[in-house]
Amino acid sequence: MSENASQSGVVRRSQTAATGENVTRRRVLKSLAGITAGILALPAARMCKAAVQNGLASADSPPGYDPTQHKWLMALDVDRCIGCGMCVEACQAENSVPQGFFRTWIERYVIKKPEPESGKTRGETVVDSTNGGIGGFKPSAVAKEQILKSFFVPKMCNLCEHSPCTQVCPVGATFDAPDGAVLVDKNYCIGCGFCIQACPYGCRFFNPETHTADKCTLCYHRITRGLKPACVEICPSQARIFGDLKNPVTDDPLQRFITNNKVEELKANLGTGPRVAYAGLDEVVR
Amino acid sequence: MTSPSIIITNMAEGLPQFSGYVYPNERTLHPLWSVLIVVYPYITGLVAGAFIMASLVRVFKVKALEPIYRLALLTALAFLLCATLPLLFHLGHPERCFEIMMTPHISSPMAMFGFVYAWYLMAVLLLELWFDYRRDFVEWSRMASGPRSLIYRAFTLGVTDLSEPALSLDAKMGRFISIVGIPSAFLLHGYVGFIFGSIKANPWWGNVLMPIIFILSAVVSGMALCVFAYMFLCWARRITADMRCLDLMIRFLFYALVLDASIEGLDWLHRLYSAEEGIDVLKYVATSKLFYTLLIGQACLGTLVPLLLLGSMQIIGKKVAELNRRRVYFSSTVLILAGVLAMRWNVVIGGQLFSKSLRGFMSYKMEFAGHEGWWLSAALLALPFIILTVFVKYFLARDLPTIENVVPGATPPAAPPPARA
Repeated sequence: MSENASQSGVVRRSQTAATGENVTRRRVLKSLAGITAGILALPAARMCKAAVQNGLASADSPPGYDPTQHKWLMALDVDRCIGCGMCVEACQAENSVPQGFFRTWIERYVIKKPEPESGKTRGETVVDSTNGGIGGFKPSAVAKEQILKSFFVPKMCNLCEHSPCTQVCPVGATFDAPDGAVLVDKNYCIGCGFCIQACPYGCRFFNPETHTADKCTLCYHRITRGLKPACVEICPSQARIFGDLKNPVTDDPLQRFITNNKVEELKANLGTGPRVAYAGLDEVVR
Repeated sequence: MTSPSIIITNMAEGLPQFSGYVYPNERTLHPLWSVLIVVYPYITGLVAGAFIMASLVRVFKVKALEPIYRLALLTALAFLLCATLPLLFHLGHPERCFEIMMTPHISSPMAMFGFVYAWYLMAVLLLELWFDYRRDFVEWSRMASGPRSLIYRAFTLGVTDLSEPALSLDAKMGRFISIVGIPSAFLLHGYVGFIFGSIKANPWWGNVLMPIIFILSAVVSGMALCVFAYMFLCWARRITADMRCLDLMIRFLFYALVLDASIEGLDWLHRLYSAEEGIDVLKYVATSKLFYTLLIGQACLGTLVPLLLLGSMQIIGKKVAELNRRRVYFSSTVLILAGVLAMRWNVVIGGQLFSKSLRGFMSYKMEFAGHEGWWLSAALLALPFIILTVFVKYFLARDLPTIENVVPGATPPAAPPPARA
């Protein structure tokens, strides 16, 4: 019985092969029609995707702003920072940052002198950032005669080239804008906190008011309108330098800063490709 | 929600729960991923382990374990149904949870969870259970009366063919799905481990062995749960456990525990030997902050003691009276279950007890109430057991005959099963 069935199967297959010409033509026509339909549908699909993205993704940029025409960058000069904390205060006011959280903050590093005959070049490093540096810093608890050196380091989103925070977002609510800003769409974020865990710099926080992830946007609502970020605007010592790599101005401060300084990145060993350029960093800064 | 407590704590900077330098955004009352995220990998791991136990019967044809085949599958299902709940409760916007499946971000380890979960639930567990139970559903629907009959009839999905080819197809499909299910179980939990292992910002988590450790501990905990459930069920039904089955389960559990302990030991050995940046921080957390949960709970009570107990049973087990053997088995499984829970705690909470500045430490005091409190976690941990009780009542019922000798104590002493219709 089964032998017969398999024989008839063989017959059917050979018949199909014998009339293969008709089948082949039909198949070719079908394939061509499919390819044509696919090609025709591609622009429509792209338009749909763009419409969905425009509809779903929300940023604080004005209509007409083209993010592909800019590449924003921030540089931080450690030697110029005086730790006044005005940048932090301006950021809080400009972006309505919830109390106790920070889109930018200042750290004070106090490196003690080495113990005599310890054979070391430096002693213990004491770091603090009371209230993110708002209102400046009180004198250090370390006695003056024990201090080898001390300096302030402004911290903010490092605008990573390979940002681990956007990589892990399960819904794509946080994304790398083409202009270099790393943004969070608070209308889309599900509030899982994965990006906050993934940021090695502690720059993200869970906003208790929106219940979403929050971070520095480079004051996106300002820079897309031709203004500087609030922290840059207010800094009295020009420790923060901001610019557009794609549209350098005459005697561009950012270009000058990059040319005149040996710049470094924070935690470069993690391979996140931080773009924020620091000048005057010490090895103890993390 | 978490907001008020976070605000209050952040305003009260300099409280004793922080020592050293902690990034300002890390100064929160409790870690971002709190006890709910401890419960999540624990439940998922139990699912994967219980399924592996069931697969030993189906795929590897370990006949002696047949009494727990269905119980293991039902245990896996009961826990899988609850696996997403801790995550859901934890989200800042749970109403947006379906975005994970509607617009998944492919590069995110978390994005594919919805798909892996759906695959495991719909394509593996439910299908395997259905193929396995179909014949019984048909027969039970004829035997039982009232709503129970309706329930069984609904579960047949209208396929009431009990002919030999149909039953043979059921068996083939069941085995095929079981074979697919093993890598799926590994995927489900290995993936959970990858959620942590992928975070390179955290030296405690960012580790290539993390998914493997999670899989192995999942297998251990799931097997222990099966032993626990079987022994508990036998006790509740006042029947004697099948010692051949129990001995074999324990042997598999012991082997899995040896493997798990070796890999976790290797992980620590590697960390200590390579002594990369942050090792001092990790050492401090392990020996100080996590002294009770890691060294005492996980390593000593949850691993070493069960290893010794179960190991000695492998050597001198035959000389030990059955009752005493059962006592050793039961206490070991309880210790293992607690140890794996401690392991989840150590990974999830331990990874958030130090600052990413590697200069400071945080403390965590669990809340009682609130959506991140311990009572909700306890409720979420209890829920699968409640569901399992319902499953056992309906699908491992003693008053209904089964096609195989799969119900614990399939020949109850009091009332022999009625003849098959």
